[in-house]
Amino acid sequence: MSTIVSLPDQSTARLPKVSYLNKEYGLKSWLLTGDHKRIAVLYMISITFFFFIGGAMAALIRLQLLTPYGDLLAADTYNKVFTAHGLIMVFFFLVPSVPATIGNFCIPIMVGAKDLAFPKINLLSWYLYVAAGIMMICVLTFGGVDTGWTFTTPLSTHYLNTNVVTAGLAVFVAGFSSIFTGLNFIVTIHRMRAPGMTWFRLPLFVWSHYAASILMVLGTPVLAITLTLVVLERTIGIGVFDPTRGGDPLLFQHLFWFYSHPAVYIMILPGMGVISEVISTFSRKRVFGYTAVAFSSVAIAVFGFFVWAHHMFIMGISNYSALVFSLLTMLVAVPSAIKIFNWAATLYKGSITFETPMLYAFGFLGLFTIGGLTGVFLGSLGMDIHLTETYFIVAHFHFVMVGGMLMAYLSGVHFWWPKITGRMYPEGVSRLAAVITFVGFILTFFPQFVLGYLGMPRRYAAYPPEFQVLNVFSSAGASVLGIGYLLPLLYLTWSLKYGKIAGPNPWQATGLEWQIQSPPLTENFDKTPIVTHEAYDYDWLANKTRNEVTTVG
Amino acid sequence: MDSHSIAAQTAEPAHLEHEHPAFLRHHFENVAQQREAATFGMWLFLLTEIMFFGGLFCAYLIFRNWYYPAFVAGSHTLHIWAGTLNTTLLIISSFTMAMAVHAAEVRHRGPLLRWMVLTIVLGCGFLCVKAYEWHDEWVNHHVPGLNFSIQEFTHTNPAYPGDKPLAPDMAEKTQIYYSLYFVMTGMHALHMIIGVSLLAILLIRARGGAFTNGHIAPVENFGLYWHFVDIVWIFLFPLLYLISRHQ
Repeated sequence: MSTIVSLPDQSTARLPKVSYLNKEYGLKSWLLTGDHKRIAVLYMISITFFFFIGGAMAALIRLQLLTPYGDLLAADTYNKVFTAHGLIMVFFFLVPSVPATIGNFCIPIMVGAKDLAFPKINLLSWYLYVAAGIMMICVLTFGGVDTGWTFTTPLSTHYLNTNVVTAGLAVFVAGFSSIFTGLNFIVTIHRMRAPGMTWFRLPLFVWSHYAASILMVLGTPVLAITLTLVVLERTIGIGVFDPTRGGDPLLFQHLFWFYSHPAVYIMILPGMGVISEVISTFSRKRVFGYTAVAFSSVAIAVFGFFVWAHHMFIMGISNYSALVFSLLTMLVAVPSAIKIFNWAATLYKGSITFETPMLYAFGFLGLFTIGGLTGVFLGSLGMDIHLTETYFIVAHFHFVMVGGMLMAYLSGVHFWWPKITGRMYPEGVSRLAAVITFVGFILTFFPQFVLGYLGMPRRYAAYPPEFQVLNVFSSAGASVLGIGYLLPLLYLTWSLKYGKIAGPNPWQATGLEWQIQSPPLTENFDKTPIVTHEAYDYDWLANKTRNEVTTVG
Repeated sequence: MDSHSIAAQTAEPAHLEHEHPAFLRHHFENVAQQREAATFGMWLFLLTEIMFFGGLFCAYLIFRNWYYPAFVAGSHTLHIWAGTLNTTLLIISSFTMAMAVHAAEVRHRGPLLRWMVLTIVLGCGFLCVKAYEWHDEWVNHHVPGLNFSIQEFTHTNPAYPGDKPLAPDMAEKTQIYYSLYFVMTGMHALHMIIGVSLLAILLIRARGGAFTNGHIAPVENFGLYWHFVDIVWIFLFPLLYLISRHQ
């Protein structure tokens, strides 16, 4: 049943006198804070910084590929640039993006707790991220690294003379930052729920973070030991991955992808959580098939651990295991499709409005579906042999990671911006930015599907001249996309001072985080909430606002 | 969680400082919740540790199947007495750690301190024996990448006259055995060093009476960590020292 709710009049809203932002002042009160909301803000600033460094690398790549013979960068510099782009975007932006910022901010409030279970470990996780980030900056300034983000052995252990060890250790440390975030979430969701907040009253945002946290906790340590072995092989010369001593490079691939395939679900699952919240809120309906969506997150986490060898179809694994992994890869598409269909069914007969988060969410639905379906192409053995290591694969994972996850991140940032800062972003220009991002994205990456299908290999600094037209399209799209990402940086910063006051619940959303003042108090709630309603219960919200006088301050 | 106590609590003003023990952190409702969360978090952390060592055990499984003769030859160069001694030391240290947790539970400060000191001593003893072994392997040119020599493996080991000497290509593969040996025992020793350091910090806090006032979670969770490190060794000992000992 859908309920039409008109958004509240914000002209009377005032900022609360005390909030987590102004309770204490000074740099020290931020750097030594245990408050999950402040740590979320610290994370948001840090990952934005790394996003724009990674983005600058992407700009260099697209400039280089504007002409067939690569007139801008030398070939080995190009290798370093795309490696830096990959490492920074994967480990320093996508993995922490939604969980460490929006998840950190919202999950304790959504379950009705005052903070995450381990505030100090939460802060430690940010410091580890910063330490890893500084190591990564050192790698970039002292000559870069050119292994590709996959640290492929024996290339990384024997044949390159760049900063592989520092880069490997940076990723190792960043991995522990992610483990601690995941561990904190799981314990918080299990042990800190408010009275009445049963598992099936949790917002789907929490379910998807729970699934992603399981992946972080179980997968990341395997990456840690793998990178340790690479570093030891490079520094001391032990032989686990070295064929001349009897070691096996394929074992490296197995161990690396055992983490790095689940890692793509670490990146996308929290984004799916954002989309569930946004779509429900702006169509004023309970998410269709709540239980199915919740369990599909867990199913993705479970299946995600058993598909890693589809990255290795052409590396010489046996035909039988290739067959099994191909089948399992097809199966993991099922829970993702369950989510897409349920979101579509949520929209059906809903009272849809087109605020900026919703526009980004629509972008997510389309682009993620294309990215997911091309994943099925790549999961089929015959097609994979033709398409792997081409631009088809580049386009595929950018559709999922950028078209999916980055859209979801921006959707979430706009959706919770009023809660985080207490102020609205400017609606007109932000809708424009959402559309620009979508158009720029399609223009950048759609031509790459064609390029890959025609056979242009990835990771090369030059290409045959007949591919130039499509590459020019792609580079032109990248500049549009760049504008699409700079705009939010500018107007969101502007809105910190000049944005309209939001009030506690500008979207008339049902989550617990919208029932408290914005920005929230340091302890989130005056008293522990007792939850009596299901998630996304808009009738409950309508009755609540009818019966209560909302006061601010 | 007891819903009655929560309801009662919410009816009153949020912070009644005098009713809380000093160690209850503000974001927990009660001591039981804090203790459960800490223990649950520790178990999850141990799960990540299992996955961390799991990668090494996986590599061990594969290479042992491929290069079994090299693994036997490598294993026969280790000092079985040192491995047995270390196993004994660790099992006893697990006992002393369990007694330390018990002492904290019954709030006896003196025994708690004594059991903790004993655990530290046993942990350091383990590390000393391990250091002796590593030194011995360095002297015998068994460290892959730094000073490895296959000489010893292409001739019959005098301690095991029944072993045939390895063909040169299989003798090369003993480097894999030693790579895994050093990484596995090295990672385990690193966990021991971290454990002994943490225990030293806990000891200093325990002297001030920090864990004999009912707040035993840190000691209890450290105990879990210590037992985990012990169990890893219980697996490493047969896998590295006892290959083919039944023959």
